[in-house]
Amino acid sequence: MLKIENLHVRYGNIEALHGISLYVDDGEFVALLGANGAGKSTTLMSIMRLFPPEAPIVKSGTITYKGNDLIPVQPHLVVAKHGIGLVPEGRRIFGNLTVYENLKIATYARKDFNRISNDYEKVFSLFPKLADRKNQRGDTLSGGEQQMLAMGRAFMCGAKFILLDEPSMGLAPLLMQDLFKVLKELNETGTTIFVVEQNAHIALKYAGRAYVMETGNIVMEGSAAELAHNEEIRKAYLG
Amino acid sequence: MPGTAFHYHKLFLNDGLITSGAYKLTLEMFFQNFLNALQWGSFYALIALGYTLVYGVLLLINFAHGDIFMVGAYIGFFIASFFLGSYAFHLPFALSGNVIFVFTVIITMVLTAGVGVTIERVAYRPLRKKGAGRLYVVITALMCGLVLENGNLALLGASRKSFPDLIEKSIYTIGGVTFTNIKILVIVTTILVFLFLEAIVRKTKIGMAMRAISYDRVAVLLMGIPLDIVIVFTFILGSSLAALAGILFVTAYPVLEPYMGAMVGWKAFIAAVVGGIGEIRGAFVGGFILGFIEIYVAAVFPSTLRDLIAFAILLLLLSLKPTGIFGIARAQKI
Ligand SMILES: Nc1ncnc2c1ncn2[C@@H]1O[C@H](COP(=O)(O)OP(=O)(O)OP(=O)(O)O)[C@@H](O)[C@H]1O
Ligand SMILES: [Mg+2]
Repeated sequence: MLKIENLHVRYGNIEALHGISLYVDDGEFVALLGANGAGKSTTLMSIMRLFPPEAPIVKSGTITYKGNDLIPVQPHLVVAKHGIGLVPEGRRIFGNLTVYENLKIATYARKDFNRISNDYEKVFSLFPKLADRKNQRGDTLSGGEQQMLAMGRAFMCGAKFILLDEPSMGLAPLLMQDLFKVLKELNETGTTIFVVEQNAHIALKYAGRAYVMETGNIVMEGSAAELAHNEEIRKAYLG
Repeated sequence: MPGTAFHYHKLFLNDGLITSGAYKLTLEMFFQNFLNALQWGSFYALIALGYTLVYGVLLLINFAHGDIFMVGAYIGFFIASFFLGSYAFHLPFALSGNVIFVFTVIITMVLTAGVGVTIERVAYRPLRKKGAGRLYVVITALMCGLVLENGNLALLGASRKSFPDLIEKSIYTIGGVTFTNIKILVIVTTILVFLFLEAIVRKTKIGMAMRAISYDRVAVLLMGIPLDIVIVFTFILGSSLAALAGILFVTAYPVLEPYMGAMVGWKAFIAAVVGGIGEIRGAFVGGFILGFIEIYVAAVFPSTLRDLIAFAILLLLLSLKPTGIFGIARAQKI
């Protein structure tokens, strides 16, 4: 279980999260909703232990995963040792590497060599487009294909817990549905999913639970079904 | 520094294999110069590879790199002297020159890699962790180079040292073209190094990480890759190649002095930029282009004009393709 308690973080002198608390149980599919600038990406970067100038500094509070304190952990070890992966905002594909290399580089720290080839197969069966474009440079992919590659990469890291930062951004509705179906499938085969979204429609359709964030605070939480019927949410996020 | 350039230039004229000045270019001379150009190009390429590797990973121009070349040559000198029994403390048995050469190369590459990694640790890494601007890092690199030069001067004095002849020199003549086994060694080694580096960077995961870092450092962390280890690996490669270049250089032109890395270093840096900095092929091709321009210019024009004409040609190349021959323009991400 990932557990955040009373977390305050700041960029320079500006506090961006004002004591948020949340948890994600193993095997759950949880969404974090909120408008621009609410602090959603800040939350994910804090979990990954990224550092300035990109990410904030933790002022107080705790972040634990499976009982381990994550706060002193270096970012590459959050991935390599704790098995948490992030599909970052804007995908951040390595444009100068091929699709295959983008996936291969994600296996850098893995020791379970016998499972790696299975994982390639799984990624290519979830995203057949990537198999077709295996030897193409990352920067020649379309936005949707890049999102697939970013998700495939997080999976190839061997992550059992995947965080995603607005995966639906800039995608056509049909493709969005496809990607969330893949997430659902991953979730059903044992991967825990924590997804940040502005698109509440789609997030609440696939997630089991959700949090709503506003200007650095969590203002609402509940089951996805509950939130989908909530008047305020309907007005603010579901139009 | 201009004095330095002149100094090794004279040396290189003295080896009697090249004729400069107003001679007519015959076919024999063309091939003779071709070999000389390949040898000089090899020195430049080996050093340029170090500039390009570090730039590719950190977007840092490691101006200390020319002096790492010098440090490598000196370390090689002391190791070789040790094996030859020049010091009170020595081996109880004698080794042949070729064996000593091989040991000297290996040990020197390891020790010089240590020097490069130390500079990264004490000078560059703290700045990187504090998010210092690029200008400060480049100035730090320049100062590291000056510290190495002047540290050497302080420790060993200004006198030159002469590198021992470890490899027995054989001279071959084929169809009027004269060459030595050392020249062949230099050229073949450089080509092998190039193939080796290409394989590392293209095929291995750490090589992929080296390429990926220049594109997006944060995303590299998100792949579970320890940045610092990849950076240290890059400095190990670059510095050990500079050491290799240093030993090959003094094997061919056996004079060591504290400023020997300055001018050669600048030129290799220019070669790396002309080839397209950050690209391994670029450093290789850029190094050879510079070697060829220098040798053929010196063969046709008075040698005092060599650098002037060589640099004018390089300027022209850059103005035609500002990204360098293999360079690709890209938005700079750090
Ligand atoms: N690197 C940074 N340096 C300084 N302030 C930052 C930085 N990144 C974000 N902020 C600030 O922190 C607050 C939260 O930003 P964050 O990126 O977490 O929002 P978000 O919920 O992800 O928004 P969006 O949906 O637009 O991505 C904003 O006020 C933003 O200006
Ligand atoms: Mg965001």
